[in-house]
Amino acid sequence: MSTAQNILQGDERAALALRALYRDHGYTQYKMNKFEEYDLYVRNKDFLISDNVITFTDTSGKLLALKPDVTLSIVKNSGCESGVEKVYYQENVYRVSGRTHAFREIMQVGLECIGDIDDYCLFEVLTLAAKSLAAISKDAVLDVSHLGIVSAVLDGLGIGDTARGELLGRIGEKNLHELTAIATANGVTPEGLAALTALVTSYGKPCEVLSVLVPLIKDFVPEKMLTSFSTLLTALEKSPAGDLVRLDFSVVGDIGYYNGLVFKGFVAGVPEGLLSGGEYNGLMRKMGKSQNAIGFAVYLDALERLLDNGSEYDVDTVVLYDSAADLSLLSEAIESLTAAGQTVAARRALPEKLRYQRLLKFDSKEGKLLEANA
Amino acid sequence: MKQMLNVALPKGRLGEKVYDMFEKAGFPCPSIKEDNRRLIFENEELGLRFFWAKPSDVPIYVERGVADIGVAGKDILLEYLPDVYELLDLNLGKCRMAVAAPKDFRDDPRHTLRVATKFSRIAKNYYDAQGRDIDIIHLNGSIEIAPIIGLSDVIVDIVETGTTLKENNLEVFATVVPISARLIANKAGFKFKNETIEKIVRGIAAQVEMRK
Repeated sequence: MSTAQNILQGDERAALALRALYRDHGYTQYKMNKFEEYDLYVRNKDFLISDNVITFTDTSGKLLALKPDVTLSIVKNSGCESGVEKVYYQENVYRVSGRTHAFREIMQVGLECIGDIDDYCLFEVLTLAAKSLAAISKDAVLDVSHLGIVSAVLDGLGIGDTARGELLGRIGEKNLHELTAIATANGVTPEGLAALTALVTSYGKPCEVLSVLVPLIKDFVPEKMLTSFSTLLTALEKSPAGDLVRLDFSVVGDIGYYNGLVFKGFVAGVPEGLLSGGEYNGLMRKMGKSQNAIGFAVYLDALERLLDNGSEYDVDTVVLYDSAADLSLLSEAIESLTAAGQTVAARRALPEKLRYQRLLKFDSKEGKLLEANA
Repeated sequence: MKQMLNVALPKGRLGEKVYDMFEKAGFPCPSIKEDNRRLIFENEELGLRFFWAKPSDVPIYVERGVADIGVAGKDILLEYLPDVYELLDLNLGKCRMAVAAPKDFRDDPRHTLRVATKFSRIAKNYYDAQGRDIDIIHLNGSIEIAPIIGLSDVIVDIVETGTTLKENNLEVFATVVPISARLIANKAGFKFKNETIEKIVRGIAAQVEMRK
């Protein structure tokens, strides 16, 4: 790692790597204002991870918000009627953290692919999601699900909206015992229950899981949807970052906004998902857009501890000097150390908790550095 | 170094019963049965680390990933909604969350219902579903005295045998939700230690089935 790379925090290094990855695949950077009209979030409250938004009144009297989300702003400003718009971003968002129940500033890097989305676009975005995780850690997993398939199974059960919502929640929790109880209480057929059970219990490499899963759900899911999902996952598994991919229907999102692929990324050592994305054609329609869209975000705040350089020392060398030291000679001595690639802290007294490898003393009379213990 | 699977167990009788299930499933840690005040126990050979935690804190350990799996009551899961997987109903520690009130209580829909509880979210969701306007009084203990001294009209609390209610002249008016102990897992831990977690789930599920 170069010295410049060394200076960067782990999350900053990850952000650089991800931006380079997206740029290499032809995505252009999307830079945006920190503020957005509050109205945008009121109209799409359910799309936000947290309802709470920091608001303030602009000098013109407009109610503005510190951005809690990036996708909504990009969608609002997307304009291409034909073709595909591919953008990436690195922005800070401000929202309430689910764990601390307090507002946090979260650095987010992600991409959006908006327009005439074809199978290659879906494949490319999923591949980039997998590569993003691989760039952060060797030990990573990308869980992929398809809300269209989950919806089709739920639609085929002939149950009411409340039970449907409850079942979707239990699928997200991998909660087979309560799912079975709800399905039984709502008169779901044995075939329906078998399909639901398959969705909850299926987890693993796509090809292995699909061979067991497909026979159990094929009567509920349109053949075309199942075939294109299988084809996509098979291609994904063969791609360079394909080892990371797992099929997991517990990845669920708001069905009103997300419609097809949904996915979530994990790396070992971080207790929650740090990548989240999906096809959000539902959001596009709600915002009056006819195009389709897919995208994802990587939440870099979760990496703070994982990618910490973990250096044993705060500084390589501490140079102690006294008030009689000649400034030019002291400066020269320190420069000679930094030029040799060392990090140097010049202090008059040794700080109590500073971790250092070597302690030197600047001898004012001789005008040179000596080992402190010499 | 062998990758450790961290298991958070609730301190007390329930936790001891759950540990026995782990042992029977082939995941023992004999030192846990030694009579001492230690809270963390390891079986290095199997790569297992058990620790005792306050029951209501187990979901926090699991959600934050310091425990890969743990056992928590459904009451705690419904109240705090941790972002975890709920893999099994252990059918242990069975009780119910219920609405209780003095025997002569009559719900008057013209008034806001005053509800004393330790489980504010569960109570709110229960009455929201009925469209009933309530005033929640959050208490941390001795909930039973609230309606007796006029702090609330009803209480929403865990009822096991009903003895405490009876001794305080209260009775159950409705069951909110049945409660039992659940095996939960951290979402990331489930991915990276999947094989061991699945083995534990199968071993414990078989015992739950046999007890039914």
